[in-house]
Amino acid sequence: MKVLVLGATSAIAQATARLWAERGDELLLVARDQAKLLAVADDLRTRGGTVTTLVQDLNQDPHAVVEAAGNPDVILFAQGLLGEPSRRDTDPDAAELVLATNLVAPVRLMTLFAPRLARGGCIAALSSVAGDRGRAKVGVYGASKAGLDSFLSALRQRLSPAGVRVLTLKPGFVDTPMTAALPKTPLFATPAQIGRGVVRAVDSGRDGVVYLPWWWRLIMLVIKALPERVFKRLKF
Amino acid sequence: MTESWGRYPQATHAAEIRLSWLPGLALPVLGPMLAYGQGRSYGDSCLNDGGKLLRTAGLDRFISLDPASGVLRCEAGVTLGEILRLAAPRGLFLPVVPGTKHVSVGGAIANDIHGKNHHRAGSFGRHVLRMELLRSDGGRVEVTPADELFQATVGGLGLTGLIAWAEITLRPIPVAAIRTEAIPFHGLDEFIALSDESDARCEYTVAWLDVVARSQRGIFFRGDHAEGAVRAPRARGTVPVDLPLVNAVTVRAFNAAYYAAQKLAGQSRLQHWDAFFFPLDGVGRWNRLYGRRGLLQFQCVVPTADALRELLRDAPSSPLTVLKRFGALQSPGMLSFPRPGFTLAMDLPNRGEETFARFARLETIAMEAGGALYPAKDARMSADTFARSYPRLAEFTRQMDPAFSSSFWRRVAR
Repeated sequence: MKVLVLGATSAIAQATARLWAERGDELLLVARDQAKLLAVADDLRTRGGTVTTLVQDLNQDPHAVVEAAGNPDVILFAQGLLGEPSRRDTDPDAAELVLATNLVAPVRLMTLFAPRLARGGCIAALSSVAGDRGRAKVGVYGASKAGLDSFLSALRQRLSPAGVRVLTLKPGFVDTPMTAALPKTPLFATPAQIGRGVVRAVDSGRDGVVYLPWWWRLIMLVIKALPERVFKRLKF
Repeated sequence: MTESWGRYPQATHAAEIRLSWLPGLALPVLGPMLAYGQGRSYGDSCLNDGGKLLRTAGLDRFISLDPASGVLRCEAGVTLGEILRLAAPRGLFLPVVPGTKHVSVGGAIANDIHGKNHHRAGSFGRHVLRMELLRSDGGRVEVTPADELFQATVGGLGLTGLIAWAEITLRPIPVAAIRTEAIPFHGLDEFIALSDESDARCEYTVAWLDVVARSQRGIFFRGDHAEGAVRAPRARGTVPVDLPLVNAVTVRAFNAAYYAAQKLAGQSRLQHWDAFFFPLDGVGRWNRLYGRRGLLQFQCVVPTADALRELLRDAPSSPLTVLKRFGALQSPGMLSFPRPGFTLAMDLPNRGEETFARFARLETIAMEAGGALYPAKDARMSADTFARSYPRLAEFTRQMDPAFSSSFWRRVAR
């Protein structure tokens, strides 16, 4: 299997790619930090993967990535930015960077890749439960993920007749550098757990929306059902 | 709350810094700091009360593996379990494994751990080819066995800086199977006779002792890598909450049942390496069986069988008393614990002063016999015991990183 991993230095991308590498898959890793990317590549090679790398800021012109990728079987979109809590609510540039990273760049790349994927191909994108309903604590992040969810839904509808699967992957809280500042609760999953979920979803042959772990679907059902006058008073 | 495996003593840390990347890694400007890997040390050698912990679990990347030479390079937070998962299917195995696979490479080096093949392979540090050390002055130093800093870092309890990565030599094995024998014995003389006979021809030897039984019966385990098909053991779940089950009655029952079960299991059988080396790993968080106050382990090495006999004369009731004769191979670290003699380890529930008094008696016996106590397991030893156990202490102290310290170090340093 040939996999393009975008945002390959993210904790969830690494955990997922390890499982693919261990079964000998062919991986093209893209990330902007060269030293970190090489560390990840060495790790995945040692585990058994066939690995190539491309150092590229995914918020820049996406054509280089598309050219390097050829025709992958699976594309994992794992780039993402939570944003600094102190800045993203007050600094419009910080807010825009979150939107550019989590929404604009994936949409540009998916637009370019959509016609290139063959029947049986799969676009797997890491969204978040945060996209299900806007919360004060993660306003712009949630908005970026809601936008991504909407685009993925449209893409799924568009590509389904061509036999290309689109997976919306929605992890809950995950213990990664992205959430280092958050206090850890029993709701947190490890990147390895999420990685197993991603691999399972891609292997399943299905498309649609996958919550990771699955019980977030129930939690989010309740949260989405709350009346606005109740929701707006909540502190979580 | 970050704890050690024995959950005693407790510590409150000023900060816990999760390290994720070697590229660009910068140590905090101010100490005292200490690396914390998997927290499998029993006492306070992995704690830094009031100071900072550098958590290394995120430094978990392999760097390279040469299947021909067996040389593996990896980041220091990689666990031995992960290495075995990678290496065993490729016909390679760790040269030395302790009683749990849930320890990091950095921890294995910093405690210069030993295993059931000490009489053949020596301690873990003997198989380390090189490593990189991050020092608080900003320096990155690559050290090899000839360097003093290497010898200080092996067994150095994390006090010489942060181990960034290490290179170790794996050894070839035929398949995943171990041919094992479980031989019942009574008394120390039989244990010594079995050691004499088995160490000469078997790769792995260790004994479990039922100290509750009057006759000091036990089971002598020995094994060798072998050809044959075996299945990996299934995990038996995790102890979900503090469940203080270890007491005099349950220990007596457990020991009798364990002895009988091993006797029944038969003399010779094929086992998967995971079941042979890491039987306790089958139950996650088993330290919770000792309740919230935790457990203490006493582990010492004494040069003579007489000293061992003396230690066991008044042995407390423990579900896990383990005995092994170390070989003559020199340990490379200035503070390495393994040395020729008999090593004895006993787990005891923490019952406060009563337990401490017992430990003090055992400590005295070990010291009078010219033995040593093992910092990785210790929560109680005196500064005097530490100094007498480790004659190269002064030499070690010169190699320490001034910004690194631990609860253990502040307790035993003079």
